[in-house]
Amino acid sequence: MEGKLQQPMLEDICKSIRIDVLKMMHKSFSSHIGGCYSVIEILVTLYFKILNVDPKNLNDNERDILLLSKAHSSAALYAILAEKQFFPKEYLDTYYQDDGKLPGHLNKKTAPGIEFSFGSLGHGLSVGCGMALGNKRMNNTGRIFVVLGDGECNEGSVWEAAMFASHHKLSNLTAIIDYNKIQSFGSTNEVINQEPISDKWKSFGWQVFEIDGHNHNELLDAFNSPNENLPKVIIAHTVKGKGVSFMENSLDWHYKSPDDEQLNLALKELE
Amino acid sequence: MRTAFIDTLRELARKDDRVFLLTADMGYSVFETFMDEFPDRFLNTGIAEQNTIGIAAGLASRGKIVFVYSIIPFVTMRCFEQVRLDLAYNFMNVKLVGVGAGLTYGPLGSSHHALEDIAIMRSLPDMTVLCPGDPIETKELVKRSFEYDGPVYIRLGKNGEPKIHSDGTRIEIGKSITVLEGSDLALITTSNMLETGKRWVDEWKQDGINASLISMPSIKPFDSFTVENLIDDEIPIITLEEHSVIGGLGSIVSEVIAKKGKSVKFQQIGINDEFSHIIGGHDFQRKKFSLDAKPSLKFIE
Repeated sequence: MEGKLQQPMLEDICKSIRIDVLKMMHKSFSSHIGGCYSVIEILVTLYFKILNVDPKNLNDNERDILLLSKAHSSAALYAILAEKQFFPKEYLDTYYQDDGKLPGHLNKKTAPGIEFSFGSLGHGLSVGCGMALGNKRMNNTGRIFVVLGDGECNEGSVWEAAMFASHHKLSNLTAIIDYNKIQSFGSTNEVINQEPISDKWKSFGWQVFEIDGHNHNELLDAFNSPNENLPKVIIAHTVKGKGVSFMENSLDWHYKSPDDEQLNLALKELE
Repeated sequence: MRTAFIDTLRELARKDDRVFLLTADMGYSVFETFMDEFPDRFLNTGIAEQNTIGIAAGLASRGKIVFVYSIIPFVTMRCFEQVRLDLAYNFMNVKLVGVGAGLTYGPLGSSHHALEDIAIMRSLPDMTVLCPGDPIETKELVKRSFEYDGPVYIRLGKNGEPKIHSDGTRIEIGKSITVLEGSDLALITTSNMLETGKRWVDEWKQDGINASLISMPSIKPFDSFTVENLIDDEIPIITLEEHSVIGGLGSIVSEVIAKKGKSVKFQQIGINDEFSHIIGGHDFQRKKFSLDAKPSLKFIE
């Protein structure tokens, strides 16, 4: 982007997104800030460095498509879409509010840039397979990215889709697993053990990358790595509640929303 | 109906290269011709119905007109939440085609019977529900569903049902078809009971009773207007369906009557709220569930 406005560093963008999400959660008393904070680097890297999608040309048939299958992290996506000017930032103030613009889970009718409505887990990878297959059959170069939760991989439909994608060599499909190790009622591996998670995906025929999901360089390397004519899965090790010390690795912050005092404490850490 | 479906679909696929057929490993000896003619627009997704519906939604979002085929319970109930969210909520241009209405798959058992599908599918917002009763209705409604941009469920019987309508009859979504006119009684059938209904009306005629026969393949949207006219004309109504008495044609007609606020003589024929634990073929099961014999008309005297 030489000669144009210098792009802010990805870290700075993530910081600002975390603050937006914090304020949304504080205002709305809604849950799921922990899972928003674990996925922010993944989504910011995608939207600012990887995805070929233009808010001014949303119907471009060759665009890349991102599906946020763990749609309870919608607030993170909304903040990023607003930052990318898919819709006005004021929309964020109406998140979760009566007669607001942005619901708790994704509804594509509510705002531009939301490619598909999700909310129930285990849907995104199948829809992504259909999109990737459709693009392949039509020689459309658009790529499909699906962001899944780790707890979401308890759903059998995820593995139906995993089998399908490798069988049909959907090399235009990338899944990213936000492996934050906590699901709604306990530690992921205590509820239903995911390990050995990389081996599972490898044995299902996927090209597997296991990386630090808060490290932009590792994310970029994984996204940009050459394709082996297979679907790609990025197991992104993340921290639930990343960025705010008292939220990190805490099951409580799957549910809690920050009160006034917590808002100020968190802002101090983030700013 | 199955042959009418696949022949019509091939015809549509020749006209429009967006037509795409998915099957969750069903359709042996049905789809071979389609596969040969359109290898790039056919896919067997394997025995994985949840995934199949998601794939259908993904393909539709990329511009395809997707038909998904399986036995009714597997294309509706097994993947109901995917149907609800991926197809109805997201309003995808996908047509679910279920084969084996009611007790069609008699000796295979209740896992393969379809007695609740109309009830659950019509409860979904934005879902169109079509239940053709003969090959003509099948052909016509497959075409109408292709012309309509949105999710549709099509409930088929089996193969070999006789034509009740004449070739060239135009059938519309949301409209009933009056097959025979009569003023003593109206028999309304849906789906695969049309042939039985025709037989009853013909036999009543020999007994001196003039019944009209109304085929109601469009369950949603529903032709309430026709039923309201029957109520206004004080014509006794019988509904006939190979489906649970909960939530199907009989339920819909009773809702229309209740909303109309006028009384009319009414009898509902369907399967009572029970599974079949009977072993036997389709005809045998129909007899056991009293779907075969003409009902007594004492209620209209």
